[in-house]
Amino acid sequence: MEKMARVTTALGGNTITGRTMFCHLDAPANAISVCRDAAQVVVAGRNIFKIYAIEEEQFVEKLNLRVGRKPSLNFSCADVVWHQMDENLLATAATNGVVVTWNLGKPSRNKQDQLFTEHKRTVNKVCFHPTEVYMLLSGSQDGYMKCFDLRKKDSVSTFSGQSESVRDVQFSIRDYFTFAATFENGNVQLWDIRRPDRYERMFTAHNGPVFCCDWHPEDRGWLATGGRDKMVKVWDMNTNRAKEIYCVQTIASVARVKWRPECKHHIATCSMMVDHNIYVWDVRRPFIPSAMFEEHKDVTTGIVWRHLHDPYFLLSGSKDSTLYQHIFKDASQPIDRANPEGLCYSLYGDLAFAAKESLISSDSNRKPYIGDRRHPIFFKRKLDPTEQFEYISSSSALSVFETDVESGSMDWFVRTAKQYVLAGRPLAELCDHNAAVAKELDRNQVAQTWTMLRIIYSSPGTVSSANLNHSMGKGSASLPLMNSFNLKDIQSGMGSESRLDRSKGESRPENILMDSSSTLINNDENEETEGSDVPADYLLGDVEGDEDELYMMDHENPHAEEQEYILPQEAFPLRHEIVDNPSALDHLQDKADSPHVSGNEAETVSLTPVESFSLISISHSLYENRLPPDFFSPIVRDMLLFYAEQGDVQMTVSVLIVLGDRIRKEIDEQTQEHWYTSYIDLLQRFQLWNISNEVIKLSTCRAINCLNQASTTLHINCTNCKRPMSNKGWICDRCRQCASMCAVCHHVVKGLFVWCQGCSHGGHLQHIMKWLESSSHCPAGCGHLCEYT
Amino acid sequence: SILSPSLPLVSPPLTLFPLLCELGIRIPRPVGHGPSRFIPEKEILQVGNEDAPMHALFADSFAALGRLDNVTLVMVFHPQYLESFLKTQHYLLQMDGPLPLHYRHYIGIMAAARHQCSYLVNLHVNDFLHVGGDPKWLNGLQNAPQKLQNLGELNKILAHRPWLLTKEHIEQLLKTEEHSWSLAELIHAVVLLTHYHSLASFTFGCGISPEIHCDGGHTFRPPSVSNYCICDIANGNHGADEMQVSPTGKSVCEVEVLMEKMKQLQECRDEEEASQEEMATRFEREKRESMFVCFSEEEELAPTRDVSRHFEDTSYGYKDFSRHGMHVPTFRVQDYSWEDHGYSLVNRLYPDVGQLLDEKFHIAYNLTYHTMAMHKDVDTSMLRRAIWNYIHCMFGIRYDDYDYGEINQLLDRSFKVYIKTVVCTPEKTTKRMYDSFWRQFKQSEKVHVNLLLIEARMQAELLYALRAITRYMT
Repeated sequence: MEKMARVTTALGGNTITGRTMFCHLDAPANAISVCRDAAQVVVAGRNIFKIYAIEEEQFVEKLNLRVGRKPSLNFSCADVVWHQMDENLLATAATNGVVVTWNLGKPSRNKQDQLFTEHKRTVNKVCFHPTEVYMLLSGSQDGYMKCFDLRKKDSVSTFSGQSESVRDVQFSIRDYFTFAATFENGNVQLWDIRRPDRYERMFTAHNGPVFCCDWHPEDRGWLATGGRDKMVKVWDMNTNRAKEIYCVQTIASVARVKWRPECKHHIATCSMMVDHNIYVWDVRRPFIPSAMFEEHKDVTTGIVWRHLHDPYFLLSGSKDSTLYQHIFKDASQPIDRANPEGLCYSLYGDLAFAAKESLISSDSNRKPYIGDRRHPIFFKRKLDPTEQFEYISSSSALSVFETDVESGSMDWFVRTAKQYVLAGRPLAELCDHNAAVAKELDRNQVAQTWTMLRIIYSSPGTVSSANLNHSMGKGSASLPLMNSFNLKDIQSGMGSESRLDRSKGESRPENILMDSSSTLINNDENEETEGSDVPADYLLGDVEGDEDELYMMDHENPHAEEQEYILPQEAFPLRHEIVDNPSALDHLQDKADSPHVSGNEAETVSLTPVESFSLISISHSLYENRLPPDFFSPIVRDMLLFYAEQGDVQMTVSVLIVLGDRIRKEIDEQTQEHWYTSYIDLLQRFQLWNISNEVIKLSTCRAINCLNQASTTLHINCTNCKRPMSNKGWICDRCRQCASMCAVCHHVVKGLFVWCQGCSHGGHLQHIMKWLESSSHCPAGCGHLCEYT
Repeated sequence: SILSPSLPLVSPPLTLFPLLCELGIRIPRPVGHGPSRFIPEKEILQVGNEDAPMHALFADSFAALGRLDNVTLVMVFHPQYLESFLKTQHYLLQMDGPLPLHYRHYIGIMAAARHQCSYLVNLHVNDFLHVGGDPKWLNGLQNAPQKLQNLGELNKILAHRPWLLTKEHIEQLLKTEEHSWSLAELIHAVVLLTHYHSLASFTFGCGISPEIHCDGGHTFRPPSVSNYCICDIANGNHGADEMQVSPTGKSVCEVEVLMEKMKQLQECRDEEEASQEEMATRFEREKRESMFVCFSEEEELAPTRDVSRHFEDTSYGYKDFSRHGMHVPTFRVQDYSWEDHGYSLVNRLYPDVGQLLDEKFHIAYNLTYHTMAMHKDVDTSMLRRAIWNYIHCMFGIRYDDYDYGEINQLLDRSFKVYIKTVVCTPEKTTKRMYDSFWRQFKQSEKVHVNLLLIEARMQAELLYALRAITRYMT
């Protein structure tokens, strides 16, 4: 902890000073409480009950309150509280149901003062009245809350929670007579201390037990509650019905909540299980804690702000047997590590992207661009001047990208899916057919691959090399881009379009293609000459476009380089740092000849060449030596992986199905399953239900195969009473009527039922078919002109 | 498929039977006397006589399991609980979860086999095969995948001495290089194991008869020749009518005595306070005493081969705390409770199950009809709490806020023998034990006791397992 800070705060007469520090306790702590002078803290647990002085550099043990030879369960504390009026007065709640008060002013070693044994079960919470010296409140597992007058031997009043266990009780800080109680069943009750017969108000705050609550120190109407359902909720109690005004979702059940002094919207929480950290939330910003203390190694059981009016010192006790003083300056602030970015698709394929303004402008190479004022939109939140602890400036930039409708077309996918034949014919025919389909769609590499597969796996000697050359010679027209986004109203002055041209021109010289007849497949990707810093406006689109380059051997530039596809998420923030900066135009010039851009060509050459090989030579040996198809398995496997990598999972799965056992063993089940699920998902997005079902049927993965066996139930409602029919399809349980009678034979239809969507009459499939052959009217006689197609 | 006499939806085509006989087709007949060997058939709800909500329950159960098993037919004494029970069981076995279906049934078999519960083993062998499990696994745990074999140790400890469970056991399961378990899978497995351990307790505790389609559940012989099943032989119940315990003069007032004691306890609790030391020793005494509650029939039964192949080390059974000189630290429920800790952990790793179990525990603990035998409007909470805490006491779980002296007052010896047997060595439960406790009480109340037993046992096992997992995680 090298970053420890020393903080000094002057509060009235007192000065609080200190640093982040801790001390080992002998046993796990269950609760802690602080003396009103902020100089002492009491720690209580099953096997510990001690008072520590908080000094500048360390905690010093001052007093051990566990005295006596035999450890008594009365010392086994579930909760402890230090009176805020009288610094000699403490109260503890014991796990065996006893409430004990302690008077530090006693001269003897044993400081135990009074013993109240009225509760029958564990007492979960004790609470002193904020202004009354002698008034103590307790809440117990037995479902009762009791109010004690410390001058009397017994409780003065008992409040019944109707046998629901009480988890927390807290006196209101401002309303003299009011206290809040939280319950295991999720309810919160408000009581008037003078009226033990009935609660004033009750509402359900959480799903499951409400472990804790805390009144806001300033705002009289606010009550924060924390529950097992992992929520912290802030309730406004001023209105007639308690209104939830803030809600924070944490990651584990909430054990304690404590409002931060002097900060209206800040609240500290710790959790009951799994999560050991202490969080301080700004309730207005519920998704990310504004500060976090990560020191504890086991769950934190007690948190308390050191001084009533000091927001910088937090004390905590934990099951890991340590007592900590946390300094706010040493807190980790998750917001610093977070990338506040959002990415979302609209219904029509538009993409919106929002990022923190500072994040974008911090990149000095990227100069802001001003386009149309409508897009991108820029928001800035005014900082609240009253909020002195607001250290995060929240301003962000939002960009909206429109889909180019034309280039986003996935026609080829749909047509391919529909026309491919995956089974039912000999392999050679399947391959030929699919190759033809691909060629039809100008997807030459795919066509080539099919032809290759046919050569490898079916009997040799049927394919001439001329045929091969022919099939690949045609492919120069580029495919429609799969997904391409253009920033709305993009200006040509940006320099991006010229870049786009460059990349196209450079990588697709047509004459080279014609020369390369000796090369069939080149699995090594071409270089797209992308430095990581290059503006990436066309990157999304180039995936599919490059496909036909992939089998071109570039003789001029034999070292084909590994292509790097940059993910769209990475691409956007780099490119579109749009800041509300009027001087931006000046920088456009700089951008054009920035060293990053000009360096690209050089980089291309320097990249490591990847070994490439020509498949045609292997094909030759196939004819001569009759290599078994197994020989090619690694290559075919690589080919499948390649297509999957490219995002063309359609090809991968189709080949997988067509080849079946020939290749299946080469690829591990999980990868196959992954491919299948991706392809099926795509098919279903295009509503190609039949094809997706066919793929499921043809798949050899068990996990996939069972997909179309799930939820095969068809739920129907009774035609009579419109309620769902639960047991049988033909008789309704409720109205005891046979629901589906055949309009022709007037018998119950138990099998296939066909009905007219116009008049909703119907019957046995056969009967209706026959009937409508001879008549055009509904057999039920309703007069509707039905049609059977 | 085999005709079941208890289809809720379609009544069996009785008229067909003579016809089938003529054709020479052998018709299986149930050998038991209704769903339970302990409870007279006439006291159990007949299928067809149920009211609408119960019918819906039966229908749900049938839809989920494809059968209406005898456990359901006995539990339906308490429809509110049954609903929660079925919902949980259905979720554990059939709904979303980290473990594959056949694993779930196999784990059920492993758990039930620890208590030689052939009833549950047979049921789940069928289910296991039905969901496509490998029949080879059924030849013994050594034929199952290493991953499941690793679970054997946990199964053994959980079933018999859950207090010995440490985070090292959990680490062994999670940290092995191959065949390791994920946390979520482990939680699922732990819930399944504890569920089936306690369900085995219920099966023996209520003397559930074998299902008709399972081994020992049917016979092709004419009814007059034989009317006992192998389980009867194994458990020393020679014939069902042999031990009809007639109510004696003493047991008539049993209920009144118990109620009087409850009343006294209620009243005098406020007057006389036991000292702290006294309270502590009362717990220790009860814990110690629970081991001297010995079994009236110490009859060692050899597990049938069919069942024993699912687990090794048959000698490893429930051992009492101090018998082997082990010091078992007391588990303080205030430091690790289901409501505060267990729930959160389960729900975190196996969503929704925490909620389902929470509901089930809650219903079982709070279930009451305010009746005791022939008396109405009785507050039975004290009695229920005594039973619950007694079971937890046997597992070393202590409630700081409970006076264990109450247990001695409220639970008499024969009742303690029954509880102890059903919870710890359910396979040794006999009809005599079942008959000899609470003679005046209704059958439904005895089943109610069993619900408390199985839920308390399940929670106790879960607490130890979850605490070990929590310790592993921190």
